[in-house]
Amino acid sequence: MEIIMSVAIGFLFMAAVYLILSKSLIRIIIGTGLLSHGAHLLILTMGGLGGTAPPVVADGVQITDYVDPLPQALILTAIVISFAVTSFFLVLAYRAYQELGTDDMNLMRGIEDRD
Amino acid sequence: MINLLLFPVIIPMLFGTILLFFPKNIRMQRIIAACGVAITFIAGLFLLAAVKTNGLQAVTLGSWDAPFGISMVSDLFSVLLVLTATLITLFVIFYSFQTIGFEREQSYYYPAVLFLLTGVNGAFTTGDIFNLFVFFEVLLMSSYMLIVHGGEKPQLRETIKYLLVNIISSALFVAAVAYLYSVTGTLNMADLAVKIPQIQETGILTVIAVLFLVVFGFKASIFPLYFWLPGSYYAPPIPVLALFGALLTKVGVYAITRTYTLFFTMNIEVTHELLAIIAILTILAGCIGALAYFDVKKIIIYNIIIAVGVILFGVSQMNGAGVEGAIFYLIHDMLIKAALFFLVGIIAVLFGTTNLREMGGLIKTYPLLGWTYLLAAFGLAGIPPLSGFPGKLLIVQGGFEGPNFWGSLVILATSLLVLLSVIRIFIYAFWGPPVKTIPINKSAYNQMFIPSLLLVIITVFVGVGAELFMPLISGAGEVLLNPSIYIDAVLKE
Amino acid sequence: MRTNDVMLQTATKVVTFIILMFAVHIFFAGHYTPGGGFVGGLLTASAIVLLMLAFDIETVKKIIPFNYVMMTAIGLLLALATAGASIFFNVPFFTHAYDYFHLPLFGKTSLHSAALFDLGVYLVVVGVTMTIIQTIGEDE
Repeated sequence: MEIIMSVAIGFLFMAAVYLILSKSLIRIIIGTGLLSHGAHLLILTMGGLGGTAPPVVADGVQITDYVDPLPQALILTAIVISFAVTSFFLVLAYRAYQELGTDDMNLMRGIEDRD
Repeated sequence: MINLLLFPVIIPMLFGTILLFFPKNIRMQRIIAACGVAITFIAGLFLLAAVKTNGLQAVTLGSWDAPFGISMVSDLFSVLLVLTATLITLFVIFYSFQTIGFEREQSYYYPAVLFLLTGVNGAFTTGDIFNLFVFFEVLLMSSYMLIVHGGEKPQLRETIKYLLVNIISSALFVAAVAYLYSVTGTLNMADLAVKIPQIQETGILTVIAVLFLVVFGFKASIFPLYFWLPGSYYAPPIPVLALFGALLTKVGVYAITRTYTLFFTMNIEVTHELLAIIAILTILAGCIGALAYFDVKKIIIYNIIIAVGVILFGVSQMNGAGVEGAIFYLIHDMLIKAALFFLVGIIAVLFGTTNLREMGGLIKTYPLLGWTYLLAAFGLAGIPPLSGFPGKLLIVQGGFEGPNFWGSLVILATSLLVLLSVIRIFIYAFWGPPVKTIPINKSAYNQMFIPSLLLVIITVFVGVGAELFMPLISGAGEVLLNPSIYIDAVLKE
Repeated sequence: MRTNDVMLQTATKVVTFIILMFAVHIFFAGHYTPGGGFVGGLLTASAIVLLMLAFDIETVKKIIPFNYVMMTAIGLLLALATAGASIFFNVPFFTHAYDYFHLPLFGKTSLHSAALFDLGVYLVVVGVTMTIIQTIGEDE
């Protein structure tokens, strides 16, 4: 199972890098989304995939059956943060598109010359 | 009061929240923001007294036991940085009254500054590596807001790059935390310091340590990863630039210092040697930039990068002199960078440009500004007895005592280049034939100049009275060099 | 050109309330099982967004005349106050209090100060999400 997860994470990172390296802003934003998904899956895998019962005390569940709750808490926090950052990025991209009239990163370089 | 060490984190957040209720009332915004930061500073002073008399303060949130809950830890190192950061924020708020503009003040400028302070103080105080990530994100979110605030075209363009770089470094941070958790099974810094020396396989830990160096290096702008900094910091207005230049990169430097002294010490020959080499390369790259540009903002921005290199070189030596020097220089640099950005901001306002070639002769009309700037410039370069000197002296001494004496030689040589880069501003802007300045009314000028002057006076005081501060600095260095003090205080029994 | 959206509007009138009720359910489910303020807040925000899609922003503003920034601030203040109450009892920050009460109708119920914190989170999430969506949606 860990092998499959690793391949999936690698694939997500690969796709993210490809998208982030493209010129269009919206592809870059999708790329950052994939990148953080990859990182979240990485936490889940690195925390160990054993255990099936939710980490809440219940009757008739052995202590070894619980999943490790910490990676889940970390992922939840990371998801909330990446949600906030991505939505901020979308608003920013939209404003930038309105103001600058382009979503092409090639046209957004430089300090003095292209204002 | 076991929660005392959390006050510098909670108070700015509380006041920032209160400010959200009436964005349009500028007068109230100013008063409450300044009061909030002043109260934070007072709380910080109490905390300093508590840490000085009772040793390390630690609390684990939610009454959990130490390795399981999130620990917040305040040692002398972190409390000194919290105090410095709060002091600078206070001055930035005073300086903003005149320079930031009514429109920005009405659209949540002060709440953003206070939330930034929450993030910075939180990052300095936390004792949990994932919580460090969370506070990084708090301060980054506020910094995204501040850097784009006002929505001018260059700001929008540069914010996109700044945001992208930080999103990637955050994703790497999460990945690095995941690796660390899988190897050690804990994320509490004190617990990590216990567990890491017990692990035989140091190879994988070295990789993780370097990965963390990359993550924090993005924030601290070390050698190959500083490429985003000059462009992004150039875009926002001066008060925001001063806040960023003084605080943000220093949080990255703090994180490297903390992790590399507390638990990533299993393979010093590789990791700390790498850190020393990178630090020297950072200094050289910064010097090239600082000398290459004829733009006052750019020159000081590149000086941020130089200072990061100097501090990290001190940290990489892992001996008493080097680490103490790094702490002293870190505090000095936060203060002096804010002061220099303030002064450069005034110069830019007076000439209506940041280009050095279009300036000249300011010493005739504004003599006090000129001499204050010269004092700050000497302080930055480390001319004795100003504040840059004791820190740099200790760092150089640390290099000679440690394995990297050549690094000390580079630091000594580049000090002259630093002096040259900032004195160029003095020569071009204050000497030479007078250039027509933009008329500015007296009270507006004073509102900008007085915070700058006070900050410069504080740096002079820190330099001249270095003997007074040395007990605090060496106390901070002692904790960094002896992780057992930290571990015992956090994990208790 | 305006498309015919009778289907969407009719469905929305029913579905919105289902989503809102589900949001409340999820919010309270967070007590002992998966769920909580964040998910509940996102569901509520999605219900409002659905309204905005089916009708238009002006109409929705008339129906739900909240200032979302204010909502965020109230949520933050509530969360901070709940966590900060521990300061007055001199126990570590975020320590929460809970007990079992016998309430009419509900019987034996556990009341938890963390629920107030979650309510703050809920308000912040709804406030922030709606602020972002309004910022993008308002200018044509």
